[in-house]
Amino acid sequence: MAFDYKKYLRMEKMPTLWCWGCGDGVILKAVIRAIDKMGWDQNDVCVVSGIGCSGRFSSYLDFNTVHTTHGRTVAYATGIKLANPDKHVICVAGDGDALAIGGNHTIHGCRRNIDIHMIVINNFIYGLTNSQTSPTTPRGMWTVSQKAGNIDPTFDACKLADAAGASFVARESVIDPKKLERSLVKGFSHKGFSFMEVLSNCHINLGRKNKMASAVENLDWIDSITMAKMKFDKLEEDEKMNFLPTGVLKEDNEASEYCEMYQEIKDVHQGKREKITQNDFDKKI
Amino acid sequence: MNNREMISTGNELAAIAAVDAGCHFFGGYPLTPSSEIMHTLSDLLPKKGGVAIQMEDEIASICSVIGASMSGKRAMTATSGPGLSLKAENLGLAQMAEVPLVCIDVMRGGPSTGLPTRVAQGDVSQTKHPSHGDYKSITICAGNLAECYTQTARAFNLADRFMQPVFVLLDETLGHMHGRAVIPTAEQTQSEINLRKQFDGKPEEYFPYGVAQDEPAILNTMFKGYRYHFTGLHHDKHGFPTEDMDTCKLLIERLFNKVEAHEDELESYEEYKLEDADIMIVAYGSVSLAVKEAIRILRKENIKVGLFRPITIWPSPAKKIKEYTDKIQKVLCVELNMGQYFHEVQRVSSRLDIDGLFKVNGRALSPYEIVEKVKGL
Repeated sequence: MAFDYKKYLRMEKMPTLWCWGCGDGVILKAVIRAIDKMGWDQNDVCVVSGIGCSGRFSSYLDFNTVHTTHGRTVAYATGIKLANPDKHVICVAGDGDALAIGGNHTIHGCRRNIDIHMIVINNFIYGLTNSQTSPTTPRGMWTVSQKAGNIDPTFDACKLADAAGASFVARESVIDPKKLERSLVKGFSHKGFSFMEVLSNCHINLGRKNKMASAVENLDWIDSITMAKMKFDKLEEDEKMNFLPTGVLKEDNEASEYCEMYQEIKDVHQGKREKITQNDFDKKI
Repeated sequence: MNNREMISTGNELAAIAAVDAGCHFFGGYPLTPSSEIMHTLSDLLPKKGGVAIQMEDEIASICSVIGASMSGKRAMTATSGPGLSLKAENLGLAQMAEVPLVCIDVMRGGPSTGLPTRVAQGDVSQTKHPSHGDYKSITICAGNLAECYTQTARAFNLADRFMQPVFVLLDETLGHMHGRAVIPTAEQTQSEINLRKQFDGKPEEYFPYGVAQDEPAILNTMFKGYRYHFTGLHHDKHGFPTEDMDTCKLLIERLFNKVEAHEDELESYEEYKLEDADIMIVAYGSVSLAVKEAIRILRKENIKVGLFRPITIWPSPAKKIKEYTDKIQKVLCVELNMGQYFHEVQRVSSRLDIDGLFKVNGRALSPYEIVEKVKGL
């Protein structure tokens, strides 16, 4: 039997305002299927989004939903999660949200390893605002703010999340929605900060000026720059720079989660344990 | 009223008030001269089962507070001018989405980094309009140590009543002043807690923003079966984004009207020796302490001076100020800024002959500076 999405969608908000062929709809459906697999009660889930095309993500979902300011999803989610540690908090941010204006919050959400599930929809461009350069726009591509060709270097969001301390890091794309769903389930199941980058197409505001004016051409390009982690790991170092590995890139189930650690602080102040010292941690610096 | 006596600082008293008023969440960032509020709450809140977190920056701190409050918990932050500047955009979201919170601003010298460890009252205008767009701020200003406690506790009730941020202005002098304060007992403050309204009907009949034009939104606690949407965009009665012209207009008008129609619930001020006064001084915050001392000195010389001290700064106690400025010829505004409230007194009194004593070198006003000014009027 076909999956019934209606239970989780605010049907009166359909159709979405996303362009025809946009990958965001694929991600929306994958997130719904993953949440359904988790068996979470709709009332126990909070979805926090930022600004941009991905900002509308929250309004279509029938959960507790919060549409915040540009880049601040993780900061809002941190307040929600710390005040309600037993609930499930999901952030949905774009590449501009998570990696440019809100980069600091992304880094520190990862560092705290707070149990928030962060989905970063990376379409390599500021789509909603008509094609400005984002931190993931490849060099040499046309953007409306760099019509001569983008010279700004990119960085790897997953490497950033790993380095900053996220205990779960994955990258998928909209090309394989079932694989995306499986990784989302793994991320949602993980206790700690799960950072999930999802590569998506914006053939309208990235593609049209960069020789991939259709969704399929844009997806073909994403296909050409991604490689499953197993295969990627076997490449020579100099071959790796033009591919982004996909799949679960990091899964550390030992790292301490922030809400659980905060409980220790409460225990200290409530006289239930001694003060926290360096001896409580294996990593001393 | 059950009282207790404490020897403490303004910042500590504000923190204690927050805990007694049922604050569950504090999100902050180090910002002189407000930091002791965070230091105190980081001990007191976890003891009571709450959370105090030092976020990565000022923006994150206000966002975390808004998030915690959206989920239904009483939440607050504390900062000073530079921090408030950084928090401005998200305070706008809290105005737009009608999320209650308390923001304590312990004022220091500005603009920019200014005089971090010195006193000023430079954020009075800022708390009227920290963010872009149209809304009606609520700001209250503590005038002595005891009020650092009572006004902070009151701010939580006002935030939940009006469903928006409430600013509590302290200044460096009050924040760091150490002395005796007679304040209500914790039990007394707890007994006065008045939490935000909740809708208890069927979820399908719940419209968080579908309220009368003079009422705030009714935002049910998150995770309780009423699934709705928060946004900083213009929104309809469900909370969903809209560009409908009438809905947008009515929303902004309501954000104004919910405060304006109930200003009587907000109004608060102190009248000190004004019955027979020939001269009225308007002052607030720690400055009012120096003004009271000056009045004692001046009255010994038979100069009849009184003080009008607004406690609710925004909206201003306009009618009361007008009543006095219609009656008393000589009016002097004394402030540690270049006249941020002076302009409000001019506006509500429709008088351009009001005098001002403004000090902006980071030092407190001495009563003798005020005495000298009054004698020269």
